[in-house]
Amino acid sequence: MFNNLSDKFEGALRTLSGKASISEANVREAMEEVREALLEADVHYEVAETFCKKVTEQATGAAVLKAVEPGQQMIKIVNDQLVDLLGEPAELDPETGAPIPVDPIMQVSPGPTVIMMSGLQGSGKTTTCGKLATYLKKRGQSVMLCAADLQRPAAVTQLRVLAEQVQAEGDGTGTVHFHGEEEKCAEYGKAVGVAVEVCRNAVKAAKAAKVDVLILDTAGRLHINDELMDELRRVNAAVAPHQIFLVIDAMTGQDAVNSAKAFNDRLELDGVVLTKFDSDTRGGAALSVKSVTGKPIRFIGTGEKLDALEPFHADRIAGRILGMGDVVSLVEKAQEQVSEEEALALQEKLEKGTLTMDDFLKQLKQLRKMGSMKSLLGMLPGIGKQIKDIDLDDKQIDRTEAIINSMTGKERKDVDLLDNSRRRRIAKGAGRDQKDVSQLVKGFEMISQMSQMMSGKGAMQKLSAMKNMAGGPMGGPRVKGSTKAQKANKYKKRKRK
Amino acid sequence: MALFKKAFQKLTGALGKTREGSVKTLRTILTGKPLSAALLHDLERAMIEADIGVKTAIELRKDIQAGWERGEIADGDAALLFLKDQLTAYYPEEDRGLNFADDGPTVILVAGINGAGKTTSIAKLCKTLRDQNKSVLLAACDTFRAAAVEQLEVWSGRLGVDVIKGQQGGDPAAVAFDAAAAAVARGVDVLIIDTAGRLQTQKPLMDQLSKIRRVTEKQIPGAPHEVILVIDATTGQNGVNQAKVFSEAIDVTGLFLTKLDGSARGGIVIAIREAIAVPVKFVGLGETPDDVQPFDPPTFVEAMFAE
Repeated sequence: MFNNLSDKFEGALRTLSGKASISEANVREAMEEVREALLEADVHYEVAETFCKKVTEQATGAAVLKAVEPGQQMIKIVNDQLVDLLGEPAELDPETGAPIPVDPIMQVSPGPTVIMMSGLQGSGKTTTCGKLATYLKKRGQSVMLCAADLQRPAAVTQLRVLAEQVQAEGDGTGTVHFHGEEEKCAEYGKAVGVAVEVCRNAVKAAKAAKVDVLILDTAGRLHINDELMDELRRVNAAVAPHQIFLVIDAMTGQDAVNSAKAFNDRLELDGVVLTKFDSDTRGGAALSVKSVTGKPIRFIGTGEKLDALEPFHADRIAGRILGMGDVVSLVEKAQEQVSEEEALALQEKLEKGTLTMDDFLKQLKQLRKMGSMKSLLGMLPGIGKQIKDIDLDDKQIDRTEAIINSMTGKERKDVDLLDNSRRRRIAKGAGRDQKDVSQLVKGFEMISQMSQMMSGKGAMQKLSAMKNMAGGPMGGPRVKGSTKAQKANKYKKRKRK
Repeated sequence: MALFKKAFQKLTGALGKTREGSVKTLRTILTGKPLSAALLHDLERAMIEADIGVKTAIELRKDIQAGWERGEIADGDAALLFLKDQLTAYYPEEDRGLNFADDGPTVILVAGINGAGKTTSIAKLCKTLRDQNKSVLLAACDTFRAAAVEQLEVWSGRLGVDVIKGQQGGDPAAVAFDAAAAAVARGVDVLIIDTAGRLQTQKPLMDQLSKIRRVTEKQIPGAPHEVILVIDATTGQNGVNQAKVFSEAIDVTGLFLTKLDGSARGGIVIAIREAIAVPVKFVGLGETPDDVQPFDPPTFVEAMFAE
């Protein structure tokens, strides 16, 4: 997502960034390229025009043209305008200067907070309901999902199955309830208006069950279908939801603004959920919708799994578009998987050189929970562009896991035990070559060695230690007889004594 | 021609609903006006807003500009005619109907991204084939999404056809294999295979789709005879990637353009046509099994320009 767009941005801005001085003509030329890139990325025509006009106006101002580094100044302007286009800039804590987190779902007390989901057919409303339930359950809240789509065949069943699935498999202490009235389903056009009653009943049920949040999953409808749009208005009037979300497919073209505007005119939306964000769409809909409706994007759907829903951060996405990475999200993902105590315990083990294969296996599992390697690496500054065409194979982790799983408990605790015969057995067990086992062991040893070297040294020494390691602990060229690894073993053994 | 007329009315009727306010259409922009630089700019914009794609829109604008400078295109009306000719030419006289097997069951494989409208489109195909007195069998190969099988079963019940299904979470290729065997054993005319929605960026899921194609071919040589990619008319330029990647995986033979009853013009099929040689075979215009029409280029282009 966004890769192509960020390529274009980088290209257009690179021509400017090195220059000691830039002229108005330079800026206009770069902005023409940017405009075309935006249109190719499905940004709405008017939005693209306005964006380029604003940037050009600011960039051709005296302050920029005479600045010491006009290119950098220009990048800052584009970044600020992108953030502005995508959402409001995050409010900063006056003391720490850190952005104050905004809760994407404003909740009322006493509950239940009623959320109504709306959108076109196939935008992903029902799946998003399941994801929201997962998100809330993880945060210890009780949720009720209400099937207000009585039109699409089996939509009620789909939501019920999702509710059961989240309750059974979702992380966290929250609970998931379901309200559905399957017997009221009817063929297309024959159950219009029934949703009003179902939603009313759901509110009663949600109050009785004392849930924190009630989510209404309405049927997909075209914004130009007056009868069905009126049904939404009636649901709105009957249950007065606290939040109305519009679900939009991130791959939508120029028409995204038309439908978003129509839904917003009828319902006064509170926020937008963008789905299918994990596709290779250039994401123009994301850039257009906020500026046309004025409503913030609250969440993005980033995968098939039910936990693939993330709060939306305009500043971070702007960084990704400009190829500046999104380290904040990466760190947050890591924090979600690893608690502070775990991290400290691991650090201690690393410093003492007592890291075992079991610890290593655990790390791999946590890493995988954070998402695909490609999506994780894509968040690092300057990396996204380089890996966009590379087919990163997550199976590598599977293979490594299989090898470790084929080791005995003893072997995992002490890799020194691994002689040729054991390595052969492990390779056979994991269905890999013996050299794969050796490579893993070598890499593992180098990691322990490096971490020991790094602990208790000054910053400069740490840096040079890291430099020595570069060239690869995992999969670098194998030195015959692996003398390095043997030395490392001796070193480690000495230290243990 | 009655069919044509109905399709046209439905298309223009649906499109007409959004033609209020500031929305400029190609026709209102061009009719009865002399050509000018400003008019050409508006024309380019209208084409971009129809999702035709920036490159194609700029090229077409330049073509008209060149014609204007040579004195061949004098006014908006002539430009409109030129555009219609150009766009219709994207879809030459080729077979826009379904490919059928010479003997034995015809297999139609249906694929697309999540939410494109695969299952509804299958109901429409099913109804069309039933109306032609053909016996149809459905294969529910979306074993992933909750209640996807149930959704297809509701349609099969309404349309009076059987469904072959497997375990939730099971191997969809196994279902396709069984369904193909059943189609042969029962001697049905057409087997339609419904697959789970998948983003073209999900490599393992695309591999799974190729596998479904392969096992079908193993069971019935020459199958699938028709591979339909379902594309949502609201799709932006990403539709081109969808068409390319799905074609690589399963060799798409036709497009089913859905949700054309909304305000989107579906210009993406023109961008797709620029990229790969796959014809559009059907358009979807609503949620009932009757809301389907064969793709007709002049009607489509006319509707795209309609007021």
